[in-house]
Amino acid sequence: MPVRSRIIATIKQIADEQKVTLPPLTDDLTLHETGFDSLAFAILVARLEDDLGTDPFTLAEDAAFPETVGDFIRAYENVPA
Amino acid sequence: MFPREIFVLRDHLGSVLTERTISDSRHSVSISDLGTQSCLCGRDAELAGRSVLLATSGQFLAGLAMIEIDGVARRMLLCPPDLKADHLASVMAAAGIDAVVTDQPDRFADIGDVLVLPVGLPQLAENRAQTLRATEWLMLTSGTSGVPKIVGHTLEGLCGAIIGDSPAPGAMPVWATFYDIRRYGGLQIFLRAIVGGGAMVLSDAGEALADHVARLQTRGVTHMSGTPSHWRRLLMSGAAAHFTPRYVRLSGEIADQAVLDGLKQAFPVASIGHAYASTEAGVGFAVNDGREGFPAGLIGQGRDGVDMKVVDGSLRIRSRRAAHAYVGHNAAALTDADGFVDTGDMLEQRGDRYYFVGRRGGIINVGGLKVHPEEIEAVINGHPDVRMSRARSRRSPITGGIVVADVVLVDGREAAGVDAVRGEILAACRARLASHKVPAMISFVPALDVTPAGKLARTDA
Repeated sequence: MPVRSRIIATIKQIADEQKVTLPPLTDDLTLHETGFDSLAFAILVARLEDDLGTDPFTLAEDAAFPETVGDFIRAYENVPA
Repeated sequence: MFPREIFVLRDHLGSVLTERTISDSRHSVSISDLGTQSCLCGRDAELAGRSVLLATSGQFLAGLAMIEIDGVARRMLLCPPDLKADHLASVMAAAGIDAVVTDQPDRFADIGDVLVLPVGLPQLAENRAQTLRATEWLMLTSGTSGVPKIVGHTLEGLCGAIIGDSPAPGAMPVWATFYDIRRYGGLQIFLRAIVGGGAMVLSDAGEALADHVARLQTRGVTHMSGTPSHWRRLLMSGAAAHFTPRYVRLSGEIADQAVLDGLKQAFPVASIGHAYASTEAGVGFAVNDGREGFPAGLIGQGRDGVDMKVVDGSLRIRSRRAAHAYVGHNAAALTDADGFVDTGDMLEQRGDRYYFVGRRGGIINVGGLKVHPEEIEAVINGHPDVRMSRARSRRSPITGGIVVADVVLVDGREAAGVDAVRGEILAACRARLASHKVPAMISFVPALDVTPAGKLARTDA
């Protein structure tokens, strides 16, 4: 499965667990609009680290946390393998 | 002037009419014979007034030497088997050690002006030293990091919870413990056996659990103590089926409902009690109603000479059973100005009961919210397929930390598929815990480490 669809699947799984109703996940949806709180994002980043083997937000010291779903996904797509 | 009667172990060895023994997997001695025998080649008088380090390779010689040295030496420091070599010198200096009793003299060949006395199996000795004084008993705290602290007790204080307390009465109690008797929890059991007129079956480092349990049964052990982690390991092993104690005691960690229920199921005729004790505060209390936590009425003044209060969420104890001081240069104060020891064990009141929720130092911080790993483990351990678990912090760039859990399943459960169990555990956590306390990830592991002191190893604590 490509990185993008794995991220989307994980977001949906966590939304289900956290009882969050997600709006349609488009690239320009802001992360705030997903309804995720910081705990849900923390879980998302940890699960993706286990699944994809990387955590782009810890790797780079100056990494700003992304603002939109598209930025979030690109942070994973742009990590050198 | 006739001296006040001194409370010493040697006055509790009993007569030859009772068949009391101290044994391990290789040796057994009659307790009543110890009054006329010496494990120090009859040289015990040389220790008069000295500060003695008791450093033996096993518990058997340590126990015999304790009986012989008590009442003679000024102080006696019990050296646990896992004391790091690089801490030995600083501990000896802090305690002012000027004599070592050991079966490993090579270890102390280069330490200079210190009397080294060999210890071995007891032999008949003509002249035994007289009782001279109340020896100060020194023990080391079981902290996992840094130099251990030295805690000073009197034998009278150490035995404060023992005299007059006989759980599961009946024929002579034969005590055993998973603990090492050179730690507070194990020493309590050794002293119960000696002072309380019983026998003692020691554990052996390195002995397989099934062999140990077989020996307990052969020796007729009636009373057994250990940490909840020790007991969970026994329940996991399947060896419990061949063991029929009368009294099962838990201490040293939080006894959750799952382990209490598991023990009740495994030992249906035994009394099961959990006790609160620490090396510093001594034995606080024992709970025998089969429920986790303890009645709120125990908090307050003067039950059995133990005053307890809760300040900033942690249990504080003032008691004659508490240690009297930390020993050493610049040692910290053991108590506050009012004589209370801050145990660092955090409590939460629910209804008419208090529940231990964890250690102050073990808190996981999830985005500024505090989580005790033990409260999560208590929920996970409630699942019937779970044998033991450990909740811990995993670093997170978003919240600083998140909670994850490692879980050991009951034998054979893994083969049936773990996804269903994972879902059930998470559902139980969501039903009973705030969302930041629900593990973000659960890993199934074959085993969890237990420290030499018998407690679940917490690497991030």
